[in-house]
Amino acid sequence: MNIITRRSIMLGSAAALVAGGAQAQVRTQGAAATAPRLPIESGATLRMLRPVKFVQPDEDVFRANAAKFKAQTGVEVRVDFVGWEDISQQTAVTANTGAGPDLIIGFNEGPHVYADKLIDMSDVAEYLGQKYGGWLAVAQKYGKRHGTNNWLGLPFGGTAGPLVWRKSAVQAAGFQAPPSDLPGFLDMCKKLKAAGKPAGFALGNAVGDGNGTANWLLWSHGGSLTDEAGKVSINSPQTIQALEYLKELYPTFIPGTIAWGDISNNRAYAANECWVTSNGVSLYFGLKNDPATRAIADDTEHSELPHGVAGSWPSAPLTLNAMVFKHSRYPNAAKAFLQFMLEADQYEPWLDANLGYWAHPLAAYKDAAVWTSDPKVAVFRDSMNNKFWAGYKGPISEASATATNEYLLVQMFAAVASGQSTPADAAREAERRARRIFRR
Amino acid sequence: MSATTAPTWVRARRDPSWIVKLFDWKPFLVFACLFPAVGLLTVFLTYPLGLGIWLAFTDTTIGRTGVWVGLENFEYLLEDRLWWGAVFYSVFYTGVATLGKFALGLWLALLLNNNLPFKSLLRAIILLPWIVPTVLSAIAFWWIYDPQFSIVSYVAIKSGLTDTNIDFINTPWHARFSLIAANIWRGIPFVAISLLAGLQTISPSLYEAALLDGSSAWQRFRYITFPMLLPILAIVMTFSIIFTFTDFQLVYAITRGGPVNSTHLLATLAFQRGIAGGQLGEGAAIAVSMIPFLVVATLFSYFALARRKWQQGEGND
Repeated sequence: MNIITRRSIMLGSAAALVAGGAQAQVRTQGAAATAPRLPIESGATLRMLRPVKFVQPDEDVFRANAAKFKAQTGVEVRVDFVGWEDISQQTAVTANTGAGPDLIIGFNEGPHVYADKLIDMSDVAEYLGQKYGGWLAVAQKYGKRHGTNNWLGLPFGGTAGPLVWRKSAVQAAGFQAPPSDLPGFLDMCKKLKAAGKPAGFALGNAVGDGNGTANWLLWSHGGSLTDEAGKVSINSPQTIQALEYLKELYPTFIPGTIAWGDISNNRAYAANECWVTSNGVSLYFGLKNDPATRAIADDTEHSELPHGVAGSWPSAPLTLNAMVFKHSRYPNAAKAFLQFMLEADQYEPWLDANLGYWAHPLAAYKDAAVWTSDPKVAVFRDSMNNKFWAGYKGPISEASATATNEYLLVQMFAAVASGQSTPADAAREAERRARRIFRR
Repeated sequence: MSATTAPTWVRARRDPSWIVKLFDWKPFLVFACLFPAVGLLTVFLTYPLGLGIWLAFTDTTIGRTGVWVGLENFEYLLEDRLWWGAVFYSVFYTGVATLGKFALGLWLALLLNNNLPFKSLLRAIILLPWIVPTVLSAIAFWWIYDPQFSIVSYVAIKSGLTDTNIDFINTPWHARFSLIAANIWRGIPFVAISLLAGLQTISPSLYEAALLDGSSAWQRFRYITFPMLLPILAIVMTFSIIFTFTDFQLVYAITRGGPVNSTHLLATLAFQRGIAGGQLGEGAAIAVSMIPFLVVATLFSYFALARRKWQQGEGND
């Protein structure tokens, strides 16, 4: 949960002014690339939806960029900011009725669910990729239709949930930083518990944090919900190992994590009750911008969750994914607008204005000022360079989204943590539910 | 004289206008009077209900329209242990909460029926839990039951009763009873005020007669108050059962069906599957599966109402 204070807004506005005022601030240099020919339809106007801002400068810079687009092309873009819970439903209505906004920046699986209602974005995506150092791994996954090189959507940014830890507590337990291997991490959690400064990871029905915990445990042991073809593969020895690991890890947690919602770990961390958890960057900024908790923020560090056997940080970023609908009367204008917004002159000031809440999908933006503005947000820079997504290893689909929203994996882990099920039973039950969800 | 010879003037009977005729025509009148009510019921009750039932037989998702799959959704539910869990907890929740609400509500009504100072004010205060929007009281309970920041845990620790936080919603049975407690708290006023209304219709002369016969307080309750209260008790209980069985907000706001689905009611499971999970067809099937239970509750009301005649000394036909 994100707490916007006057301080954070002032801070952000200053950054926005600097970024917006002097174009010399844009550090990213594009390589040579030919932009696709997108003759803008005469009299074009656009309407778009996107999720509401984290911080005020997000909206300010986005609107300023849209105004710049109007000044250059004459296309008026009406941007509506929609609450996070509503965007999926509004995307569904737009896609099914064939009316409403021309384009939507939605979340994760949106373009994959409504693939046949969307305009192909390959020309814009290939141009941007060529110009800005290529699309990062998970951006490619979210952008392209499964198993092809056709782009359904344009990932616009993402954010992952790293380990958030109190330096003082971890060091008092005898570690310089949380161990990156799973047995070492368990050892640290045991020592923290003994010191009365326990870790805590959400295992309740929390869309963000609960799924984050479950995905990390599963992927760091080499398990997956489905295989590459989308066949259910949850009932595997790797899953059992992950469940066995949690069985040992869970007793080191602060009591109550099975009942935790998305906000609970933030509260417990801010109250000095939980000392190691996993969360998005909002927790850190919330602490930093409140004088009462400033000291906790100063003592807070971010790092990647233990990788285990995973080749990269096993965390699926929440991804902004832009799509243009076939029912739009001005498809070229819509594509040109998204392309314009992802160009360095517009995208980098926007990225900087977001203070690290969103990370770039295109490799070249790694040098943006925001990633050196505060050393503690640097870990978020590579949010989209992970090789993991919700529904890994299978295609991104309506079913993978359902599995996430029905807490299938979270409940499998929570059932073992609470002692209700043996690992084998929990994996079988998860398999039964997954077969139902992935039946078509 | 001449005035008397004037021809008697008779007001010409004009033919009534077409509109008057139309309204005098009974079939039209019936139609016109019923149309607004039937129209409203059709649009806002029959259509959504029909649509819900139809969806239960399809595999519709939020992303796309579905096809007819017959009883497939229901067949799946019968082998789905989460659905059976929700059925169990819905029945358990309704049963225990209703018992609690009626025991405490009846007691409260009897107390309020005595002559107390500030009677009206007290009765108004009693209604408060019922007047507050459920979501607000649910959020209050969400804080009360928080694993880390519960006021109850805080007080208990400060007063030395325990040295750890109380586990309200982290284990299944604790969570189940915590939710039932919240539901009872919220439901007592409705029961108490309704039963109080019933108590006040009982004629004092009955009690006077019983007093003259030397009855005890228990006898007066058992043989006068309780039988006289039974008809209204039955109706209030039916409503209460229906409200409790279809409860959604308390559970969804406090536990979201957790820990590990142990507190899902059919209503929350239907929402979780249908809206959050996007499987509208299956969600609708869960909602439809509540109907048999609600029909039983309504039949209960019907037969309880029939008993009234018997109580008034008429033949039971």
